[in-house]
Amino acid sequence: MNRSEASEYLRNNHMPTVWCPGCGNGIVLKATVEAIKNLKYSKDDIAVVSGIGCSSRATGYLDFNTMHTLHGRAIAFATGVKLARPDLKVIVMTGDGDSMAIGGNHFIHACRRNMDLTVIIFNNNIYGMTGGQYSPLTPTGSYATTSPYGNIEKPFDAVELAKVSGATYVARATSFHYNLLTKYIQKGLNHEGMSVIDAVTQCPTYYGRYNKVGTGPGMLQFFKENSLLLSKVKDMPQEELEEKIVIGEFVEMEKPGYVNEYAKLRKRVEAKSHAK
Amino acid sequence: MDKKFTIMQGDEACAMGAIVAGCRFFAGYPITPATDIAEVMSSELPKVGGTFIQMEDELGSAAAIIGASLAGVKSLTATSGPGFSLMQEAFGYASMTETPTVFVDVQRGSPSTGLPTRPAQGDIMQARWGTHGDHAVIALYPSTVEETYRYIVTAFNFAELYRTPVVFLMDETLGHMRESFYLPHTDEFDTVERIQTEDLKSETVYQPFLEDSELYDDIQPLVSMGRSRFHVSGLFHDESGFPIGESDLASKLMKHFTNKIKLHLDDILIYDTYMMDDAEYVIVAYGITARSAYRAMKLARSNGIKVGMFKPITIWPFPTIPLKKILSKVSGIVVAELNMGQFAHEMSRINRNMVPMQTVLREDGQLIQPFDIVDALTKLEGESEE
Ligand SMILES: Cc1ncc(C[n+]2csc(CCOP(=O)(O)OP(=O)(O)O)c2C)c(N)n1
Ligand code: SF4
Repeated sequence: MNRSEASEYLRNNHMPTVWCPGCGNGIVLKATVEAIKNLKYSKDDIAVVSGIGCSSRATGYLDFNTMHTLHGRAIAFATGVKLARPDLKVIVMTGDGDSMAIGGNHFIHACRRNMDLTVIIFNNNIYGMTGGQYSPLTPTGSYATTSPYGNIEKPFDAVELAKVSGATYVARATSFHYNLLTKYIQKGLNHEGMSVIDAVTQCPTYYGRYNKVGTGPGMLQFFKENSLLLSKVKDMPQEELEEKIVIGEFVEMEKPGYVNEYAKLRKRVEAKSHAK
Repeated sequence: MDKKFTIMQGDEACAMGAIVAGCRFFAGYPITPATDIAEVMSSELPKVGGTFIQMEDELGSAAAIIGASLAGVKSLTATSGPGFSLMQEAFGYASMTETPTVFVDVQRGSPSTGLPTRPAQGDIMQARWGTHGDHAVIALYPSTVEETYRYIVTAFNFAELYRTPVVFLMDETLGHMRESFYLPHTDEFDTVERIQTEDLKSETVYQPFLEDSELYDDIQPLVSMGRSRFHVSGLFHDESGFPIGESDLASKLMKHFTNKIKLHLDDILIYDTYMMDDAEYVIVAYGITARSAYRAMKLARSNGIKVGMFKPITIWPFPTIPLKKILSKVSGIVVAELNMGQFAHEMSRINRNMVPMQTVLREDGQLIQPFDIVDALTKLEGESEE
């Protein structure tokens, strides 16, 4: 997808973005746009909801029905949008803090309900917007402004959390694996039910700098060298995977979800009240 | 047309009235004494093509109704103090994004978990200032089951017309009380409908926050999601909805929030007055307390005290103008409420010691007795004779 093809889906008059040079948010944004373009969705039929954080500013640049909401609540707002307008494709763009800390409750319950949303987690392992504090996805031992001696907490694995909570499409790719990321977002959009895409991305300004991983390109290099495809790691011992980023599709299944079940319930109730 | 006599609980009337108003989405989290509203909505909404969801908490409930409303569907949530506290951040977002929404707060004894099954009118100030920052708000307060049924429709209409969250305050007693009344026919109600995006002229670039609207007098109506493809944000924004940094634009937006209510006070302020023609004194009371006040007025009248009554339905914006008119005519005022003086505080701010004022306050989860108000009136009479 070239620049002018992408710009058809963007609010070009609101560019440049607020993002730092080398930030991975633009890559995830572009992958999303490309996925939508491939699926030939009409711009009017898409709603994108974000929370608060660097990544959540993405909604301002997308020429769809967009909502930049509250920290942690994007999924709950999106639930309202989807239930009010099941005809819309509803996408959530959220940070790792937004979705896994303050918004963790909405995340697990939307998974449990198999709500028909496509949730794209811009997972940069840190709180970017507030200046580099550790998040629930910051690896143990990593440095952040609030973990100056190294993080002593154990991080969540967004994929595992989505899996056990009931999401029916779960995948992970990094900003280095652009084509894979695009493919997973596309599959997530096409999937009926709760789709979670853990998009591992770089925050060179804080995470990269504090942890000496490097600037934008350096971090992409790190993702390249440290990612393993799920299909390749099946027989590998757990210890060898500890420092690695496992990418691939973790869950893909059909299950009833709230949106369709509610439509059925409505039919049932209507039939009953007509019979009276 | 034959009118149907009905018996309903306050919470039920709130839910049934909301459906008449065109509410088709409810998100909530169970809490006494508001739970019945959710229960009725869960059974009624699917019958009319609407949608109900029990969310994981009140933070999510408030967010979901704002999302649903922005998508084009009239939406409601209902809670009590602890839940209303949790909803405050989202309430501010609804103010900032001018999203029509209705928040019902069936109050309980408070603060904190307080007295879950006891009445209190302690959330008057929270309804006004619960969320951070200056913002516009409308709060309505019914005092009977029938009023609940009628004014919840008004709440939805105000939300649409003035593009604001509306607080609908109820008393625990009212929520749980059953009363009979003639069910108004749905034709009696005018409801304000959302403009659909397809109705926009195709060349229009819809600006959700335009000050001078072509579509409508002055306040730009919200249009449902679709071809309009607008952006909303809790950040300060311009007409188009996109963030702005300049402080003069921020100030313009803040003034717009307050002005859109101020300029329509005549339509927004709803109140009832009783026996005011020859009144030398006035009792000011709202909600369930207005019912004790009414009885007190009658009792005092039979004792020869010329007293009338003012019952605000619109609690916020504060009914300053009608109350000032009354203050200029009477020689004493009694404010009765189930808290430690929240409405009375506003009252004394506009009274400025013009006339003697007595308060009858109660915060122990019990209702105010008519005799307590009569006592206050007698004291007031004594004071003015001195
Ligand atoms: C209720 C509330 N608490 C705290 C904040 C401050 N805050 C803004 S963004 C943010 C964290 C952002 O981190 P993340 O979600 O990971 O997104 P990123 O900026 O890294 O993309 C925080 C704590 C807020 N806006 N609202
Ligand atoms: S602070 Fe980090 S996440 Fe935020 S824009 Fe800069 S690089 Fe990106």
